[in-house]
Amino acid sequence: MEIHRFEKLWLGVGLVLIVGLIATVAYGAVGPGVAMMDDDGGTIDPETVADGNYEQANFKSPGVRQVGEDEYTAHVVARQFLFEPGTQEPIQVPAGSEVTFYVTSPDVVHGFSVVGTNVNTMVIPGQVAQFTTQFDESGEYGIVCHEYCGAAHHTMAGTIEVVPQSQFNSTMTVGE
Amino acid sequence: MATIDDTATDTETGEEYATPPEERSAYLDRYPSAARIVRWCFLVAFGALGVGGLFGMIQALHRTGVFRGFVSSSDYYSVLTGHGVLLVLVFTTFFIAGLFTWAVTQSLEMDLPRPRLAVTWFSMILLGTVLAGTAILGGLVDQIPASADVLYTMYSPMQAHPIFYIGAALIIVGSWIAGANYFLMYRDWRAENAGERIPLQTFMVLTTFLMWYLATVGIAIEVVVFLIPWSLGLISEVNPLFTRTLFWYFGHPVVYFWLMPAYLIWYTILPKLSGGRLFSDPLARVVFVLFLLLSTPTGIHHQYVDPGIPEGFKFVAMTNTMFLLLPSLLTAFTVVASIEHGARQNGGGGLFGWLKNLPWDNPAFSGCTLAGLMFAAGGFSGMINAGMNINYLIHNTLWVPGHFHLTVGTASALTFMAITYWLLPQLTGKRIRNYTIASIQPYVWFIGMFLMSNAMHRAGLAGVPRRTAEPQYPSQGITFEGVVGGVSEMRLQIAIGGVLLTVSLAMFLYVIATTWLGPRSERIRVNGRIPKPLSSADDSPRVLDNMKLWIAIAVVLVLLTYGPPVASIVADGIFAGGSAPVPV
Repeated sequence: MEIHRFEKLWLGVGLVLIVGLIATVAYGAVGPGVAMMDDDGGTIDPETVADGNYEQANFKSPGVRQVGEDEYTAHVVARQFLFEPGTQEPIQVPAGSEVTFYVTSPDVVHGFSVVGTNVNTMVIPGQVAQFTTQFDESGEYGIVCHEYCGAAHHTMAGTIEVVPQSQFNSTMTVGE
Repeated sequence: MATIDDTATDTETGEEYATPPEERSAYLDRYPSAARIVRWCFLVAFGALGVGGLFGMIQALHRTGVFRGFVSSSDYYSVLTGHGVLLVLVFTTFFIAGLFTWAVTQSLEMDLPRPRLAVTWFSMILLGTVLAGTAILGGLVDQIPASADVLYTMYSPMQAHPIFYIGAALIIVGSWIAGANYFLMYRDWRAENAGERIPLQTFMVLTTFLMWYLATVGIAIEVVVFLIPWSLGLISEVNPLFTRTLFWYFGHPVVYFWLMPAYLIWYTILPKLSGGRLFSDPLARVVFVLFLLLSTPTGIHHQYVDPGIPEGFKFVAMTNTMFLLLPSLLTAFTVVASIEHGARQNGGGGLFGWLKNLPWDNPAFSGCTLAGLMFAAGGFSGMINAGMNINYLIHNTLWVPGHFHLTVGTASALTFMAITYWLLPQLTGKRIRNYTIASIQPYVWFIGMFLMSNAMHRAGLAGVPRRTAEPQYPSQGITFEGVVGGVSEMRLQIAIGGVLLTVSLAMFLYVIATTWLGPRSERIRVNGRIPKPLSSADDSPRVLDNMKLWIAIAVVLVLLTYGPPVASIVADGIFAGGSAPVPV
């Protein structure tokens, strides 16, 4: 089988492109440490979450907690058709701190996307989406549910309020 | 080159006709039984295309806020489900079944030997379509006591009426029987032609269907084992992550089931339309084998942002996905080279001057070529989707539909429409009527898609979500900021693009309907003969034709990439660990 030299050249360029693309992702993971969604969050019983038994489902009740110096957790429940917290009251986090989110759903598949950032995860019943992020600038960020979740899907949105450290007022006690 | 010239002009009437004239309706006369089943397939395909396309325009106007009077925002999702299912399952499956029947019969040079089998699969897919379609329509019409606005991806625990899932299963199983029809014909041919190379078009059909059999195992298990019993109330819970993984096991390779037939057209017919012949038959075979091997072990890249799947498995899926670029890059080279060769046969010269010597007024040629051009752009946005870390920026945003409207919505759909201008006369013995409208139609599609898709990609970068009736969120005060251009300008482009696409579709359906309903012509314009490639199959290693070897390697690759992640998900419980069904 004869392969024309232009074909060989093109094949070589194509392979270099492909290997290069894979290399950029590998570099992103081990170099700058771009975090990706993993299975760290573990599983959860969605029906127990639906019944409101968060502790029994092994999920802290929804809200933001301080767990260390400049370290916070945010437990969020995404359900038809709101984020709790997020929709009725904003998720308040202090600027410049590390916030680890735990997001789950008691009903259908939802999305959790923070507009203008690459904070983006699926929220799947039975799974806890766990990711850590940091908001450097104070201000408001929108959260959008980006997976169709029922007839009022287009109303499902929320807010993250990033406030200066000094103004952050956690209602929860440290380490709760 | 007179031997492959498509048309000649009658000196007395000035009318163009196919040369030689005795082949004017060759396919129809030679293979009447196959021609009939292809026509039926095309009829259903174009019906689905018309309705699905109209739904698309309703969505484009609704979500951009230009006009929201057709449906309420909660009914929008029924329209969206209809658009997805009618276009990517019904239109494609029927068109491909018809196209492949044509390709196998004409390349093996035998009429459909089992017409009853053909009627079986045709009726089965049609019944499936009617059942699923009724359930979807039930979301809009109160008189139908069923609904299925679960979208094309049908993620559990959102639950549709059982007839939706039963319909989907019938479409898949019917397509399996269609494939069996092609394999049986190949066996008949092989019995009489021992030792010969598989004709190229049949080779492409068989590799595509092997890939399809492998890929549809996932959705067949999802629907038959889980969703049908679950929707009938026989089992109470299913694991959402598991059924979702089964869906995407099928949900990515299915795009190659849409693309490979377009590649078949680009490789075997397009070079002839441009005045030449295919460059290399062996390379085309290599490309189809690569698709068979690499298409299926990639689906997890749709789940990069899913919790519950370890990062390592996602990385493996990404590596396979990236290597899948290779057959597409090779295709880009060969198809462009073949077109250039054709143009040079027509007297074209210079570095780019040959472009002028192509039949840009022939809609079959211009449609396929414009589709290929847009596919190149879609390929680049696909690389972004496949990039495991950049994906976080665009996952589930409007970028994604922007991407697949270039690939499926143009590379496949426009190619299928374009080649119909060339196939229909051979199937009906009728010349294309309203040829001027037909000549313009692919360009209207191109402009409409250019406007809609570029705006969708940019809106996606700004974070505008997909699959939503109203992407405004006024109560949360969410604003989207584009890198270039404002949101209102993007909305306008999407709306205008969507309308132009519908206009183009209406032009296509008008030309096809008037041609089909019109009288038979004495002479048709097209000549169905396909010239031999410059480098023929005899130059290629025989191992390429060893289908058993390729499918075995494909299965091993699937087991390697899917075995560990599926085992880890199943460990959480196949039925338990899920939530109660949520009817919609």
